[in-house]
Amino acid sequence: MTNVPEPLLKRGVTAMDNVQYPDQAVGEPFANDHKMSLRNVNVFYGDKQAIFDVNIDIARNEVIAMIGPSGCGKSTLLRSINRMNDTVEGCVVSGELTLDGEDIYTTKMDPVALRARVGMVFQKPNPFPKTIYDNVAYGPRLHGLASRRAELDEIVETSLTRAGLWNEVKDRLDQPGTGLSGGQQQRLCIARAIAISPEMILMDEPCSSLDPIATAKIEELIAELSQNYTIAIVTHSMQQAARVSHRTAYFHLGHLIEVNETEKVFTAPEHELTEAYITGRFG
Amino acid sequence: MTDLKNGSVKQANLNLSRTEIIERSLAKRYRAEKRFRCYGIMAIVFGLMCVALLFTDIISKGYKAFAQTYIQLEVTYDANILGITDLNDPQQVALGDFQGIVKQALKNRFEGVSGRKAKRELYGVISNGAGYRLRDRLVANHQLLNQSETLWLVADDDIDTYYKSMGSDAGPFVGRMSEQRQGWIEQLTEADEVELRFNRNFFVQGDSREPELAGIRGAAMGSLFTLIITILLSFPIGVAAAVYLEEFAPRNRWTDLIEVNINNLAAVPSIIFGLLGLAIFINFFHVPRSVPLVGGLVLTLMTLPTIIISSRAAIKAVPPSIREAAIGVGASPMQVVLHHVLPLAMPGMMTGAIIGMAQALGETAPLLMIGMVAFIVDVPGGFTDPSTVLPVQIFLWADSPERAFMEKTSAAIMVLLAFLIVMNTLAVILRKKMERRW
Repeated sequence: MTNVPEPLLKRGVTAMDNVQYPDQAVGEPFANDHKMSLRNVNVFYGDKQAIFDVNIDIARNEVIAMIGPSGCGKSTLLRSINRMNDTVEGCVVSGELTLDGEDIYTTKMDPVALRARVGMVFQKPNPFPKTIYDNVAYGPRLHGLASRRAELDEIVETSLTRAGLWNEVKDRLDQPGTGLSGGQQQRLCIARAIAISPEMILMDEPCSSLDPIATAKIEELIAELSQNYTIAIVTHSMQQAARVSHRTAYFHLGHLIEVNETEKVFTAPEHELTEAYITGRFG
Repeated sequence: MTDLKNGSVKQANLNLSRTEIIERSLAKRYRAEKRFRCYGIMAIVFGLMCVALLFTDIISKGYKAFAQTYIQLEVTYDANILGITDLNDPQQVALGDFQGIVKQALKNRFEGVSGRKAKRELYGVISNGAGYRLRDRLVANHQLLNQSETLWLVADDDIDTYYKSMGSDAGPFVGRMSEQRQGWIEQLTEADEVELRFNRNFFVQGDSREPELAGIRGAAMGSLFTLIITILLSFPIGVAAAVYLEEFAPRNRWTDLIEVNINNLAAVPSIIFGLLGLAIFINFFHVPRSVPLVGGLVLTLMTLPTIIISSRAAIKAVPPSIREAAIGVGASPMQVVLHHVLPLAMPGMMTGAIIGMAQALGETAPLLMIGMVAFIVDVPGGFTDPSTVLPVQIFLWADSPERAFMEKTSAAIMVLLAFLIVMNTLAVILRKKMERRW
């Protein structure tokens, strides 16, 4: 058992100073048919530890939402799942992360191949400064997924259709992707991610820079995509987590506190920190 | 305020309303802002004036170098004077006294000149180079032997300077011209047998001791070859170094040391690079001296730091989100660099290369150390022909005693500036084409 560290107290959460982190996340962190499984995961940035002993399973074709106050490490954990953290200097991940039973941090697992299986959508829409077509076709071309132009055309069309963007852009595929609106750009990024048919999609606050209408479109899209993909989404909006996810994981300063059915987390949280967060006592 | 006899300003302020105080300070702020803008405009005007002064000075001094005084003479290809019996014998042609027929032509034009000194004066009216032109004409057309033709021949540099300055307010520049010579020019002018023509020689010839024969082509070609070597070596090496340091190298003491050293190298006086080039390329690797190859190598060393520093800045300016996006869809680190970072950083890298090349084009000091300051008459035809470069040519001509070289110097500066403008324009067009929004 560890005591709640200083930073929380500094935020004025004096009422919480006697709260202790659970050794093991409360609720149901494990799943039988898991796509991704994390055991004793610790993440360090140099000397600073960002994630403490996280154990969680992500089930096949589920949408799991990760919530928690800023700086709680949810994005860090997400980026560890497809080894995006490899590019961050001084970042060390320990513990066991397995995708379909394969450890993703062994030397046998190529990070490039892993990222083809686990796609990612980022906080800020980041289309390449290329045409809409090339944005979507980039991944398939990279991995040699299409041998002929017609095949590539088909991949582009299906990806854009699935991302709900086809009807809006089908007449201007040769125009720059950067010329689209923010919401369209983000859907383009989702199309780009699904064009390489990943098994899992990680979304790091995908709607944080979008207006409510664009957000609604992305949320609809997530619901549709969950039929074929396993999705992990980090979000700051509790309403969004409640709307799109099957399960919700609550993180607090690097510790996984509670994982439960989304409805349960938001109606009857088991842990008092979760309750404090969702009732808005801090965050 | 006026009714406050002993009241301080502070007290007066107290009596004013808030808006009044703000209005007063506003007027003061606007005045300050106006002054501030004035300083900026003054700085720009000063800069523009300097540039205008420079250009008017150079152009007014140099534009006459693009024209050359020619004298009309009737020349007879007298086989006896030439000493040629068979035009197909190259040795006879080479030894032929073509200057002799020019002298004969001058003697015929100005009859009654006697005395060694006067004759020498007369023969000096036409340039030494005229003989070569006549030889070329005769070789091209064998039927001209023992025939006569009327030709415009290049005048000597003293005549050229005198003739060009005849119309000026201060009167003609006499210099070494004797009264007699001036009289001849007078005669020729009245007979319309002397005129200014476009100076083709200046653009097609190499250097010469005779100002009327000296051309810029040798130096221009030398500069071109040197710069080709420089850009071919420094751009790829600089970009490769920048990409490795920015994208792949770990951050540790060694890379810090390398960075500090690169920054220091950018500030090293260029003559040091000349010494380095002399020691390494010429003394150790035995690259021939005075050739564009070694000049290019030395200038590569000199421009590398500039290109590396600006390329690194350009790479740093590529948004990390683009890199993340590429990594996210499974691009390998090399693919990230080749597909995204380099295309986006290219305009910035080009800017660095332009600055580096402009610097290299104007560089004299390091080239002095590797023998590119030699007097070279032939126009270089490749990277290993001895040559000189434009700024060195300017230096050499500025150093020459003949009056006519003064205008050549200014003309060479104009050529150098034109070279620079053409190069920069090309680079800017190229950069604009590559520029993309993100």
